[in-house]
Formats: sequence, C-alpha cells, structure tokens
Amino acid sequence: MQAGMVIIGAGECGGRAALALRELGYDGSVTLVGDEPHLPYERPPLSKDAMISDAPEIKAIASDEMLTEKSIRHIHSVQAVGIDRAAHTVRLSDRSVLPYDKLLLATGSTPRRLPMPGLGARCVYLRTFADALAIRSHLSPGNRIAIIGGGFIGLELAAASRKLGAAVTVIEAQPRILMRGVPAEIAEVIHAAHESEGVTVLTGVGIADLADDGAKVRISFADGRSIDADLAVIGIGAVPVTGLAAEAGLTVDNGIAVDGELQTSDPDIFAAGDCCSFPLAVYGGRRVRLEAWRNAQEQGALAARNMLGADEAHAAVPWFWSDQYGLSLQIAGLSDEGKTTVRRDLGDGAFILFHLAEDGRLVSASGIGPGNAVARDIRLAEMLIARRARPAPEALGSQDVKLKSLLAA
Amino acid sequence: MSDWVEACAAGDIDEEDVMRFDHGGRTFAIYRSPDDDYFATDGLCTHEKVHLADGLVMDDIIECPKHNGRFNYKTGAARGAPVCVNLATYPVKVEAGKVLIQIG
Repeated sequence: MQAGMVIIGAGECGGRAALALRELGYDGSVTLVGDEPHLPYERPPLSKDAMISDAPEIKAIASDEMLTEKSIRHIHSVQAVGIDRAAHTVRLSDRSVLPYDKLLLATGSTPRRLPMPGLGARCVYLRTFADALAIRSHLSPGNRIAIIGGGFIGLELAAASRKLGAAVTVIEAQPRILMRGVPAEIAEVIHAAHESEGVTVLTGVGIADLADDGAKVRISFADGRSIDADLAVIGIGAVPVTGLAAEAGLTVDNGIAVDGELQTSDPDIFAAGDCCSFPLAVYGGRRVRLEAWRNAQEQGALAARNMLGADEAHAAVPWFWSDQYGLSLQIAGLSDEGKTTVRRDLGDGAFILFHLAEDGRLVSASGIGPGNAVARDIRLAEMLIARRARPAPEALGSQDVKLKSLLAA
Repeated sequence: MSDWVEACAAGDIDEEDVMRFDHGGRTFAIYRSPDDDYFATDGLCTHEKVHLADGLVMDDIIECPKHNGRFNYKTGAARGAPVCVNLATYPVKVEAGKVLIQIG
C-alpha cells in the first residue's frame, strides 16, 4: 500500500468514508475529491432550515481544521474525469492524476431533469448549497413559487416557502403526493397539512409546457389550464451519477452495481451512497438503490472498512425521515415489501403503520406525528425488521404493549 | 454554589428509559439504567438540538430520535457519526423516592 485511498465525491458518503478510514487507524494517504467549492456538508438542511434562515450557512461534516488534523487531503471544485483501472489512477479536470490503491466512488445523485425546452433561469433544481441559495433569494412574502413534483424535496421546500410567506403551488402528475415509498394513509396526513398551511396541492396534473420569459414562468398543464410563477422548482426525483464508472467499464445497473461488500466489478473500486445499487440482505438480496442520508453515511463507513479488508456485508435496514411544518415522518424498511398493514396509534394524531410480509415477518414501518413522536417506535421497528422478527399483529397494534418488549421475544 | 433540584419521582421513569426535565430555562434528560441507577445529561443532542428524551435507551446508550447520534448517558461520551461533541452530564441522587439532579 503506497498510493493510498482516493474518494471521488465529497458529500455525506465520501466525507464519512474519509473520516472513517482515519478512525479505523489507516495511516496512508486519504484524498477526497469534490466538485463543489465547499467543505463536505450535510444536504438534508438545504430543503429545510437553510431555506428559512436569513443567512444560510453550510453544515459541514468536517471543519478545515479537522481535515488537516486527520491528514485528509480535500481537493475541491474539481471533477474526476477518468479512471485508468490498469494503472490505478484517476484523472481530474485540473489535469492532475491521482494514484490509488483503493478507490471509492461516492458520486451521489443529480436531480432528474425535466425533458422540456423553454427552461430558463427561473426554472431550477435543488441539490447543492448554491442551488439552495438561489432558491432562497426568491422566497419572500407573496412571491409565487411553483413546485413541480410532490416528493420529499418539493414538499419540504413548500413548507419552508410557506413559512416565509410565499404563495406555493405543488403540482404532482401522479394521483397523489409521495406515491413512491410512502403509504397513502400517511401521504394524506401530509397533503392535509400542506393545504391547511395554504399550499395549493394539485395531483394528477401533468405538465405540458414551461415557458420562462425572464420575468415569470408560465406553467401549462396537460388539461389545458396554466399558472404563472416567479420561480419553478423542479423536484421529480434523482438519477445516480454513474458516468465515470460506466466509462471505466464498471457494471452499471440502476446505479454503479456493487456486491454486499460495496465492491464494484473491479475489486479495487468500491461505490457507496446514492450512486450505487446493492443487494439488500434484509430482503433476501433484492437489488436497490437508496437516496437517503443515513444510507450514505452508513455505506460510507462500511466502504471504508472494506477498503481496509474487513470483508463485511451490508446489513442495515433502510431508514428515512422528513420534516414538514411541525410534522415528522420516519420510515424503516421499504413499505412495498408488505402485504398486510397494522396500525398503531400513539396519541396526538401520531400513528405508525407496520407492514408485514405474507409469512408474518415485519418488513417495514412508516410513522408520522408531531415532533419526534414516532421516532422511538420506528427505531424499535427497525431493530425488529433487522432480526426478521414475526411479532404478533395484535401486539403491534396495541398501545398497551411496549414495542421494546417484543425485541426480547 | 449549585443546588440539587427535584426532577421527578423515581417511579416516573421506567427502567432503561428516559424523561425530559425542564428547569430554569434549560432542558435536561433524566435516565434510569437497566440496573436501576439514575443519570442526567443535557437534554438536547449536540448535533441538531433535538430533545434526547424522545430517543431510545438501550443499555447505557441514548440514541437521538432524529439522526441516531449515540451517546453514553452515564459519561456523556459521543459514540460516532453524526455526533462528535460530548454531552454534559450532571450528578444525580435519589432521596425518599425523588430524583434530584445537581445543576451546575
């Protein structure tokens, strides 16, 4: 080992991987390459707190001092443009070449683009801190914000925009918001919260055209209606960043394909976080790709261990959260794995839906409620899911039975 | 001098559980360990100011309800990402069935 470890992508996943390599005692060189000008930072606040703040700041994963202290070389504002697998080198956009012993691709995802002409400066996406700042400058009382796509980023942004007094319309092509991965019963609670906060939520409405004349955006719907907005934010999902991997001849299958140890088809190259698809052990190896903060963090750390030869398989249960107004949603597992559902009410309107497979195994749990009302029980559910437990449906549904008692069973 | 403040009755907290306690404009978390000892820490996670009392206690660990930051509530030690700043802890005693904490 002489060339050291190189990590492409300085987001949550790459940042955590770099720190983990040092925590594990690795003393070779660690180089973190990012295309943004900032320190590695947390993205979740971009659609939440950063939007409401008068002077948004990045929430750094590691300070400059910490990176220096840990001898992590952070190369920013630069893209990786090619991998020479035979030579074990990565070429960067500033023409420098980095040798590696092991390489981690933590290239993340990028907003899915709306395939339409006419998108101007008032039609934007949210992924980076710079994107967040640009959107923030439009969020003032009475300004009209159209959000295309009723997914998490759009809805969180809608909530933040309302807090600042903007007039918000959410436009979703599917019959309901949060169609992907969120049970209808929970999506209804979120939909109602947005309407009671004054957001216009349009569902089942396709977009026919966006026309940005520089002063406003005219959004024409498939049904012939149209609205005008001062800013259109497009939040219709994300796609994995796989170009570098594909050009290097690595297998790509809805993301950079890795095995349970996060190894790509090249044993010296790993991939982790939003950019990779991996076999999810808890569901018998079903290949998934997750766009989630905790997954990025866990896989970053796991990749670091495996780059050092731990040979450890991914075992975590997917976990996701969203905050909108005073409501918090948490999901453990993937709800589409379930066949039957048991509801548990926690008081104050908070509830959890437990999803069970045909054989009675708990496969996922989705909860919503004020503050962190569902957090503890979702965490316990996550542990039950990881254990492949088959808890009695009556116990799951009864407030009188503590979930923690089911763990001991 | 710092005073002992009555936080709750000993029976108010289940074993291996946590309760929020607000006093003098500050917020604390009071823990009862599986072996029936009591502990106190600052009430907010050092990562994003979330009330730890909504989190899960497992053995001597409190896990933040938001982002799963973990702390040893007996020592306040942060146990890995995303938390890196330790929690402040406070002396606790139980007298006549009451849990008292010493707020510095």
